Amino acid sequence: MSEQPVSCPREKRLWSEEFSVAAGEQSFVERRQLGKFLLLTSAAMFAGQLWLLAKNAFTERVHTIWPRKAVAMESDLAVGAAKVFSYPGPQDNCLLIRLDEERFVAYSQKCTHLSCAVVYSAGNRRLECPCHEGYFSVEDGHVIQGPPPRPLPRIELERSQGQLFAKGITVFGEEEAR
Amino acid sequence: MTPEAGSAARKRATRAMDGAMILLILLLVVQIWLLMASVESWLAGHRGVALPAAIISGVLFCGCVGLVMLAHRAGRTARTPGAGGVTPPR
Ligand code: FES
Repeated sequence: MSEQPVSCPREKRLWSEEFSVAAGEQSFVERRQLGKFLLLTSAAMFAGQLWLLAKNAFTERVHTIWPRKAVAMESDLAVGAAKVFSYPGPQDNCLLIRLDEERFVAYSQKCTHLSCAVVYSAGNRRLECPCHEGYFSVEDGHVIQGPPPRPLPRIELERSQGQLFAKGITVFGEEEAR
Repeated sequence: MTPEAGSAARKRATRAMDGAMILLILLLVVQIWLLMASVESWLAGHRGVALPAAIISGVLFCGCVGLVMLAHRAGRTARTPGAGGVTPPR
């Protein structure tokens, strides 16, 4: 009786059980999956840009007439003290600072670098942004140090019968609008 | 298709897909940088950057879609019956 040759297909099947996906095919699948992932990320970046555009369109506010708003009583603020108030909208925080008996200044609290809230440092007589150590002069809001590209927007104040009113904003490089 | 020709086609397709992936990554890096830069400028008060940045980002996204389609087509061409492989389940 002659010997039966070992069948090749059976060996192949055993090998295939260990590697159920052909290596070549797997590399295609992996690349396709990577491609899909990269495409999704790209779509997310594009969506981010569209969000920025939409935000730009919806938050563009042109203040041709600034409101007049009472912000504090003169007697409420000691020399060297600061007070946060909102002007012109409820979301627009500003800082009112009493420099001496007669002088008051007010600035937008939004840093002109990346919009962190600046705080008044009475000891150093300057406005400090804690995010990237940007410093502004308390006298006129100009940049003393750090990455902020422009001075702080200044709030125009008016004194009347012991009360302080905000009546406009002066932004560096723009015409004064009231 | 002979097994040799199939394997050559597979190699070509793999190379085409690799090239497409590398280009895709490059486009994505530019897109990420663009978003970062435009958000920074926007926060700094330069509101005019939003529109051109969105247009450029859209163009880059279209480029990414084109590259992914190209890679898919290359993969599909190499997976024709007889090219030496089983079409994987979708
Ligand atoms: S956000 Fe103020 S210094 Fe950067």
